[in-house]
Parts: sequence; C-alpha cells; structure tokens
Amino acid sequence: TKFSQASSFHSRPKHLLSSPPKKIWGPTFGYKCLESLKMEPLADCSLLPGEERIIDKDIIYICPFSGALKGKVFITNYRLYFKSADADPAVTLDVPLGAIGRVEKMGGASSRGENSYGLDITCKDMRNLRFALKQEGHSRRDIFDILFKYAFPLSHGLLLFAYLSQEKFEENGWSVYKPMEEFRRQGLPNDKWRVTFINANYELCDTYPTILVVPFKATEEDLRKVCTFRSRGRIPVLSWIHRENQAVICRCSQPLVGMSGKRNKDDERYLDLIREANGTAKLTIYDARPSVNAVANKATGGGYEGDDAYQNAELVFLDIHNIHVMRESLKKLKDIVYPNVEESHWLSSLESTHWLEHIKLVISGAIQVADKISGGNSVVVHCSDGWDRTAQLTSLAMLMLDSHYRTLRGFQVLLEKEWIGFGHKFANRIGHGDKNHADQDRSPIFVQFIDCVWQMTKQFPTAFEFNERLLVTILDHLFSCRFGTFLYNCERARDTNELRSKTVSLWSLVNSDLSFYQNPFYTPESNRVLYPVASMRHLELWVTYYIRWNPRIRQQQQSPVEQRYIELLALRDEYLKKLEELQLSDSSPNSSHLSNSSTPNAASPTQHITHLHTPF
Amino acid sequence: MLSSLGSAGGKSAKPSFVSYVTPEEIKSEKEPSRKEKHPDLLPGEVVFCSASTVLKYTQDDLSQRGVFGVLLCTNFRVSFVSDEAPTEEMLFKNKLYGENDIPLSCVDNIYGDKRKLITGGLVKNKYPSKMIIHCKDLRVFQFSLSFSKEEDAKKIFQGIVHHCLEPKSLRCLFAFSYCENTSYPGSYSYCREHLVSSRSLGFLLFPVYFIVPKNVSDEDLTKYQGKGLPMWCWSHHSGCALFKTASIPLVQEDNVPQTYMEKMLTAVAHNHLYSVKTEDLSDTLPTVQDILLSYNRFKQFFLIDNTTEFWMSDMKWFSSLDNCGWLDIIRQCLQKAVEVVESLEKENTNVLIMEEGGSDLCCVVSSLVQLMLDPYYRTLLGFQSLVQKEWVAGGHAFLDRSNHLHLKDKVESPVFLLFLECVWQLQQQHGPAFQFSETYLTVLSDSIHVPVFTTFLFNNDGHRDSLLRAESPHTQRSPLNCPTVWDWSVQFDCKAQDLFTNPLYTEKPKQDTSVRKSYRPRHLRQLSLPSSAFKTPPKKGFFKDEADNLKKILGVKRLSRWMLSPSSDSPQTSSSVREFYEAWQTKPLDYHGLLLPCLDGPSIRVWMQRYLRWIHDVQILGGGPVAMLSKVSEILGEVQELQRQLDRHGCTLTSNHKGARPRAKTAAAVIAARSSVRLSSSFPFVTSRNWSFKPAIPTSLLQSLMVTGMAGNLADREDDGGPESLV
Repeated sequence: TKFSQASSFHSRPKHLLSSPPKKIWGPTFGYKCLESLKMEPLADCSLLPGEERIIDKDIIYICPFSGALKGKVFITNYRLYFKSADADPAVTLDVPLGAIGRVEKMGGASSRGENSYGLDITCKDMRNLRFALKQEGHSRRDIFDILFKYAFPLSHGLLLFAYLSQEKFEENGWSVYKPMEEFRRQGLPNDKWRVTFINANYELCDTYPTILVVPFKATEEDLRKVCTFRSRGRIPVLSWIHRENQAVICRCSQPLVGMSGKRNKDDERYLDLIREANGTAKLTIYDARPSVNAVANKATGGGYEGDDAYQNAELVFLDIHNIHVMRESLKKLKDIVYPNVEESHWLSSLESTHWLEHIKLVISGAIQVADKISGGNSVVVHCSDGWDRTAQLTSLAMLMLDSHYRTLRGFQVLLEKEWIGFGHKFANRIGHGDKNHADQDRSPIFVQFIDCVWQMTKQFPTAFEFNERLLVTILDHLFSCRFGTFLYNCERARDTNELRSKTVSLWSLVNSDLSFYQNPFYTPESNRVLYPVASMRHLELWVTYYIRWNPRIRQQQQSPVEQRYIELLALRDEYLKKLEELQLSDSSPNSSHLSNSSTPNAASPTQHITHLHTPF
Repeated sequence: MLSSLGSAGGKSAKPSFVSYVTPEEIKSEKEPSRKEKHPDLLPGEVVFCSASTVLKYTQDDLSQRGVFGVLLCTNFRVSFVSDEAPTEEMLFKNKLYGENDIPLSCVDNIYGDKRKLITGGLVKNKYPSKMIIHCKDLRVFQFSLSFSKEEDAKKIFQGIVHHCLEPKSLRCLFAFSYCENTSYPGSYSYCREHLVSSRSLGFLLFPVYFIVPKNVSDEDLTKYQGKGLPMWCWSHHSGCALFKTASIPLVQEDNVPQTYMEKMLTAVAHNHLYSVKTEDLSDTLPTVQDILLSYNRFKQFFLIDNTTEFWMSDMKWFSSLDNCGWLDIIRQCLQKAVEVVESLEKENTNVLIMEEGGSDLCCVVSSLVQLMLDPYYRTLLGFQSLVQKEWVAGGHAFLDRSNHLHLKDKVESPVFLLFLECVWQLQQQHGPAFQFSETYLTVLSDSIHVPVFTTFLFNNDGHRDSLLRAESPHTQRSPLNCPTVWDWSVQFDCKAQDLFTNPLYTEKPKQDTSVRKSYRPRHLRQLSLPSSAFKTPPKKGFFKDEADNLKKILGVKRLSRWMLSPSSDSPQTSSSVREFYEAWQTKPLDYHGLLLPCLDGPSIRVWMQRYLRWIHDVQILGGGPVAMLSKVSEILGEVQELQRQLDRHGCTLTSNHKGARPRAKTAAAVIAARSSVRLSSSFPFVTSRNWSFKPAIPTSLLQSLMVTGMAGNLADREDDGGPESLV
C-alpha cells in the first residue's frame, strides 16, 4: 500500500515553500503531495527551524493496516518520525509529539509472542500507534523516557515547542484579529452599545478579553455588580450585532441563583437593557444545557434565569450535553473507526456513539439563535461557565448570519474572538504538554465545533471561502503545539506567558499560503443567512478527518468535482488568452508583433467573459 | 386560493395568502363553474370520475391548510386540479403528468381515516373523510373529501381504489389506449439492432433474443426445455466471458449443460484452457421476497405525512436504516459483482452466474459487472443498451415485479430499482466515470411506474411481441407502436433532458490504438457486441502479470474446467475481495477503466435525491451538491462558448485537455435554472423561488432519547470540576 501516515500533510512547512507547489490544488493534493513532501527522514534533516533531534532507534512499527514493519524511529523535540526500511513504497509516520496523549509500555520481560514487547501510544488525533522493540539493551526504556519527557514537556518543566520554534513567515498571524477593528466592522460602538475597558487588567473577569462591548446605558458600576451574580464573573457582553435590525447575540455564564433561588436586581436590569437596545418585546435566553442539568446546577450555586425574576425574557433550553458526555462520545467513535471501520451494522454502531446526535443538537441550537436574530430579537446565550457550549453556539450562529466569517480571514477572526478571546479553556480541554491523560477536564469541544463547521461546508459547498484542508490543519495544530494560537486557557494567561511575542501564530502559516486553503467553488453572497438542515438525514460522519488514517477509506476522499472545476477554469483562461491573441492579430493583421506587447489581463478573466458569454 | 381551516391553521397562516372563506361558502359559490375543470388529457385518456371541492393539504404541516380543487380519476392517473391559477411553469416539467398527478401504477398505498390501509375489494358504500395516497416515487398526497358532495366523494374514492388497487388486465394499462391514439414512430428495441449485426460472427440469433454459438444445434437446445440455457452476457478482453443461466448445470448430472457450455466456451472464450466458475446467486444473495420486504421498510422513512413524526424519527435514523437492511442488500449485490469481476479480470476464468428463473439477481449482477468493467456502459447510450440487453431482452419480468396489475399470484419486488440503487452507489463514488447524471437515474426509477413505456410493461420480449401484435388495430404485420422509456422526449423537453448528462464526465481522450491491436486478437473485439469491451482503456498490464501467471499454470497442469465457487460468506471470499479492491485502489484511478466500489460502511449511502426530494424540511436551500455542479456547468458553458469562438477563428485547439468537447447543453439548463430559481438539494424536482424562509427546527429534541444508554452519570456532571460537583 501506498500510504504514509504523516500527520502534517495538510500543512506545508515553510521551508518547502521555496519550490512553489503546483498551481492547481487538486483535492487530492493533501494526500498525494505526500509523495513529494515526504520529509526524507531527518537524515536529510528537514526539521523545522528550532527543531532538534533527540534520539533514533531501530524499531518495528506494528501497522494496523499492513502489519509489522521494520524501520527506524526518529524523535525530535517536536515530532516522532518513523520510516520503514523494506516496505515499498515506504511507510512513514510523522506525528507531532503534541498529538500524543498517552505513552505506555506494552509487554514485559516475560512476554513471549512476536512483537509483544514495546510501546503503545495513544494519540489525540484518532489513532493509536504500536511499536515493538528488542528486549535487550534498555532500548525501550530509553525511548520511553524520551518520548514521555518531550511529549509532555510541561509535566517535566520544559517549554512547549511553540516557544522553541524559530519559524518565520511572510505574514504575522497575530495581527489577524484586532478587537476594535472587528467591532467597528460590525458598526460598533453606536448609540446603544459602548466599548468598555473595564477589564483592561483582567480585574472584572480573568477569563474574558480586555475589550468588551456592553449596553450603552450600563455603567461601569453596573457591570461590577452584575459580575458578582454571574459564574466566574462572566457577565453578558455583546458578541455580534445585526446591522439592520440591531438584534444582538450576547454571551455569558450562568446566573448564581443557587438552591435558595437568589435574585439580583442589577442582573435583571442589565438583561433588560440588552433587550431594550433594539426595542424588542422579549429577550430570548438560550441555556445550552438540558433543563435537568440547569436545575441540578442550583445545588452548586448556579442555575438559570427564572420567569419571575426576568419578566421580559423567555428561557429556552437547548439540551446540549456537557464536556464529559462529549468526551465519551468521541472515544466511542474512535473505537468503531480505528484501526478498522466497524463492519457489521456500521450505522447502528455510529448511532450508538451519539456523536452525530450531539452535532445535530449543537447545530440546531445555533439555528435557533440565528433565526431569532434574523427575526429581530436579541438573544443571550449561556451554559454553565460560558466557554464551551456557549462558544459553539455563538460562533456557529455568527457563521450562519455573517458571511464575513465564512471567508478565510473572517473565520480566523471568528475563532480568535469567540474561542480564544473569550476563554475557551484550550489548555485544559486539550491538555497541551500535560501527561495526565485521564484528566476529566479534557474534552473535544473544539473538535466538535469544527465538525459542525464542516457539516455546514458540506451542505453549502459554495458558501465558504476556505476548504476542508483548513479545518483539518486547524485540528492538527490544535494538538501539535507548533503554534501559539491554541495554547493557554485565556488571554490573561497568554499575556503572562508572552505568547504573542514568543510564539508564531497558526494564521502566519495559513495566510502565507492562502491559495492552499481556498475553496474554488466559493461564491460570495453577503447578507445571506445560511440555515443548514439539522437532520440526521443530512449529517454525516466526517470521514476525511476521523477515518483519514485508514488507507482504504482515503481513496474515497478525492473530490473529482473540484478537480474538474479547476481543469475547466484553466481551460477557460487558456482559451481566453488564445482568443485575445487571435482577435488582436485579426484586427491588425499587418502588425502581429503587437500581440506580444499586450498580455491578456490574467488577473480578471471574468471581466473578459462578460461580453463573450451569451446569456442563456 | 388557499384556505385555512381550524384554529391552528388560521393562526399561523401567513397574511400573504390568507383567504378566509369558509369551505361552505366556497362550495356553494363556485361549484357550477368548476365542472369542466380537468387536466390536459393525453391522447386516449378518459376521465372516469371526478369530485370537486376536494381539499389537498399542503404536505408539510399539521395545520390543516390546503388548496381546494377537483380530484379526478382517469384511465391514466389520479389528478388534482387546483382552483388556483396554475403555478409557474416548472423547469423540470414532465410532459405526461404534473406535480399534482399520480399515474395509476404509481400509486403505492392508499390510507383512509386514522391512517387505515385501504385494500381493494373492501370498499363498499363508505368513504373516508381524509385520504392519503403514498406514491411509488415517494410523493405523499393528502386529500380531504369532507367538503365534496357525498355522491361525488363516494364515487371518486371508489374509483381511485378500484383503478389503483384492484386486479386488472394488462390491456387496461394506459399504454394501449395511449398508443392507439398516438402515431408514434416505430423505433423500439435497440437491442435487436445490435444483435442482428452479430449474426455473422459465429452466432445464431434466436427469436427470443439470446445468443448461442453457431455450433449448437436446435436439438441440443430443446434438451433444456426452456430452462437453464446459459446465456452469454459479456466477454472480457482476456477471452473469458460472463454467462448467466436459470438453473444449475451440475457437473454430476447428465452432461447436457456442460456440453453446451463447452460449446459456448469454444465459441466465445479465446483461450480454451480457461476454467468456468459457477456462482449460484440464490446461495448468497437475498431472495426477491427479501428485497421487497426490506424495501417496504426502507421506503417508509421517506413517506412523510407530518413533520412531527419525521423529526421524531430523526434521532433513530441510522439504526432504523440499518435495521431495514436495504443498504446491506445493495452492498451484497455490489460485493457479488466485485467477486465476479475479480474472477474475470484477475483470475481470467469464465463465470456462470445462476439463480432460479435467471432473470432477477442475475440481471442485477451481470449488469453491474459490465458497468464496472466496461466504460461503454457508463455512457448514456451504453447504459440504455445495457438495460435493454440484460433486463428487457434478458427477460426480467418487469410486469410481475412491478405488479401493475395487482394480481395476487405475482411476486412483486423492486429488483430493477435495486439495480439502479447499486448504479447510484457506483456513480456516487466515481462521478466522472458516468456520462449520465443522478437525475437521470432518479427519473428512470420514476418511469418504471408510468404505464406508457413498453420497456417496463412486459415480462419478456415474447410477451411483448405477442401482446403488441394482438393489440394492434392494424394488420398483423405492424404491431402496436409504443414508446420506450428511452424516448425521453415523451416525458421531457430538450432543456430538461440536458439535466441527464453529468458535467463531470469527460470523454476518453483519443489515443493511438495501434499498440493495442497487436495485444488483442482482432476477432475477439467483435465478440463483445453490443458492448465495446475492446475499447477498454490502456490498462494493459493491469493484473496482466497475474493473468499471465495463471495462464502458465493452466497450460502446464490442465486444471479441471469446472469449479464451484466457495460460499460467499466465507471470510476467505470477503478478504479476497478486499485484497482485490485494495490492489485496484493503489493504482491510479482511470475513469475509463475498471471501476470498483468501496463497500465499507460509510461508503454505502442513501440516494438522497430520490428519497429526500419531496420532504420540505430537509431541503437545503441554496446548497447541496448541485450548488457545486452548477458552477461546473457554468464554467463548462463558458469554455464551450470560447471553443466555438475559437473555431470560428479557425483555430485548431491542441486538445490536451480532457473534456474539451462535452455536450454543450448541460450548462445551459442549469444556468437557466439558476437565473430564475434558487437551487436546493432537491433540484431539479423541487425548486424554490422563495429566498427568505424559516429554517426547519427539529420539533422534538428529546434529550431523554439519548441520555438513556449513556455512560453512567456523566450527563449529570458539571463541566469543570472534580467529584464534588457530581450531582
């Protein structure tokens, strides 16, 4: 078989850019490029700047698809790289250490069976790796110790690789998102909404960003009072405003109602200010949780907005489950797709993981939010702390409502704003550099969100400027620790650790090579609200992500439609050029040399087409 | 005019189309003028009965809203003619029946009040106030008869039940009366033309249209007593061939079948050393009854009479789908076809597939094998001749299997639909390999139930000939001329027909054939008529090594020619199929070469266009795959326009690009469609002019459904926190 299991093939290391890749990005590129990209095993030293080689060893990779393969493993401070010795074509593995969730020894001194002594590595990106080693000479101990140390640097007092990387890019990704610019794009501040710097030093809320937009009528004092009544001080603040009807999406955490059903006049008044701002009769509060959970939260001091206290608001529960349920669901999904796709009763097995069901609930929650906003009603979204389900809902609703977020750069802004800025706890959810694989705080909430985005791109293949490759790249670097983008839990921690000055942003990589991530079918349609269909009939498993390691499945993943489209685009340009040359030589048959001096305007072929193309 | 009934409807009705007239008023007011209302009748179509003031519910809500109109039953269809001004012309209009017409053979089930299934014969003097009609093309109609005159309502209900559900004779089918009244140009039987030309090639053509070797005498044939005569289907370029037969030519029995088969092989197989593998399909594939049962369960998921139920069933969608087994049957058929392909392509053995009757699963498998091996059959014309050859001439009992006549003793089964489903799977996985589009397959599947085309009305060619001859109003010599389904102009105008071509398809680039000529013996090429097997692409060398090896072995050892294939269930077979697939998969994909389907769970899917097209709630407005395809068509149109201009300049194009000259019209149709309507995932069957719309929000997000069976108390736990936050 021809596969090589490199993990980073969706992104091309900067230094490979020197030989510019083909102009045509066939959809297969991501996979096929492997052949050309195959980093000749560190022997040729195609290491990232700042990457250092630590150890290499002869080893047997027990490939679940093609059996035991002899070869060599190289471990650097960034990756584990394996290349088979005798298989043809060579099987390679390229795994960023950040993607490793757990390393275990397999078999003991008494192990008999062939290849039963070695290492078992569980990855965060839906695969497991098994290596067999010789029992003699401590070779396993050496490699285990090194892997353990470099895969979990934070547990060993080491720096994450992002802080060691010396990568340079043409563009600085950290400048992609400027909060004030983004608010101005939305038309803020205005006479109803103001920008406040009350959190400039993270004093109001340590998990919020520094710049917040709040109702114009709410004073700083009001904000401080509301702060006491919202879990972890995460007060309702504006995320997005509808340009025409001025309806807003606000996000926050649960109110601290508690068992006794406490009320807070300031909080009540504050929510009413949000409602008032565009003069709607009722404010809709979307509580992302199932109602039972919201009730249960009262026991730990939380709760939800009661009818009595918030008279001008209606509360809707969206029945989305918590991080633990999602974690188990993805675990089950992995069980049925890796290494082999469950054969008997595939669909029932898929259903029993509930993964798509959760996706459905998240998407239909976001549809409801978007629908309310389109209807001119402001909404407030929260869950318990407002950094997991809330982020999913607000960002998906914004993706449906605002076509800007469907562009390549707009999507980066969306992630920077709703996820990174508002403190989705990436460090805890992913466990960057941390050895504690059983940590109950870990959960694939962000993966789930990206899956929802993928479902939307699948349903609206022409509405997004970016392609699937971007989504996979984002998920790869969610784990890889090569970039600073997804490190730490909140802005405050990023500031403390000087993240933006000491690490490189993922968007530097992406924006230095935008064409790689562009969807050729993209047709901008501003002001168009996208409502995906949140029915199981249309939701499908993201095979190209979850089952991408399986060489049998991969074959299916090429998009011939894209290939054909790109071929036709090239053909059109070629013909246009030819036609132009012909027309020139026709008009001035005696001065054919002129055609050389006027090159066709390749930049805007569509302008040429307008007069050529007969409308049907 | 849309009227609103009941409080629920009144409340939610949008102001734009409210007309608050009570049904009683309507009745008294408008009745006289409505008498003459009827659809544009087809030649030979006669109205049996009609009722006015029938309310047709708008399908997708519970609000009891609807449209009043006349319900008619003719010898062709059940038709509802709305009192409203006719809606705008649809792009994809069927010329034979409109969106509110149901051809009689297309009626699947009729339900009365409380969703009671109506069966023919039981209808006496009663009639239900509400009648639900499920169609075989998956549309659902709901009519209220309670506003009509009792007499009319009774008549129309009984008429519909009688004509749709009760046994009838073949000549009652509309085709006969239609054809008598149209001067249809005689052009039927494509297949025969092909076959006639093969007469000179060492074969005799039998009147029942199958090919036997010339060296077989009639005497030999009579020994079969009409059963179990192996029929040649297709020859591989290696010389081995595919045959199908009705009964089992066991080795131990008298040697007749074998002798015949030997003769057949001598005539067909280039290399006499090839062995013959027999595959008894009834051992491994489901029976026609199983197929019917499974499909009946499957189709229920799409026959939606109310959205609440639809959303209720949504959470259990995957397991329901799994349990009905339909996708699994599709997978089994494809797998069997891959096995046969493997034998032909890799092992170079002759294959004889058989089953009782020899005209159901044999047709499915043999046509799938040919689709996978021979790119000709993936063209529009090729597919048509494949269906004619394997199904129509191959004696598939279309009449019995679709049971148009509602006879108790016939085994109904959607075998042909199953074949189309399999083709769809192949097409889904390898789009650019097919000249025809998904829409083509969907329309073809609908056409089975339009009783106008001779293609699907008979059990075999003999049946057809004798009947058409008997029915002919003219002399014995000219049988009744009826259109075949392939005369698409009977159903669609040119523009609509353009949607049948696939914009992704590119013709095979022309290349030097001299190399191949020496590679394949010339006479073999002709044996493959009517296929063009020998135009198979330059995959020489593909599995050639294996084939050569096998030839060597055979040459030395003289293996027994007859082998029984191992049971398909054995892990050995499935792993061999898997290896075959994997080996194929590692080669670069050639759309004009061998195609194999991936059979893994996620790869076998539901044919969305066919099954979801009428369900409003799952239409993706402005999205779906058509959004991409229409962009491809658009560019294709531009490229073709440029080509024309360049041609005018006398510029010869160095056509190194594939698809330089595809059919021009595809693009035009889609672009025309784009300009006036919004595309949706149901395109072209349902188009929406409405741009702003309310999203479908699942009405039952029952958390209870999913929390059950969820690991322990995880659901109750707090997001962030240790054990102390367990509730």
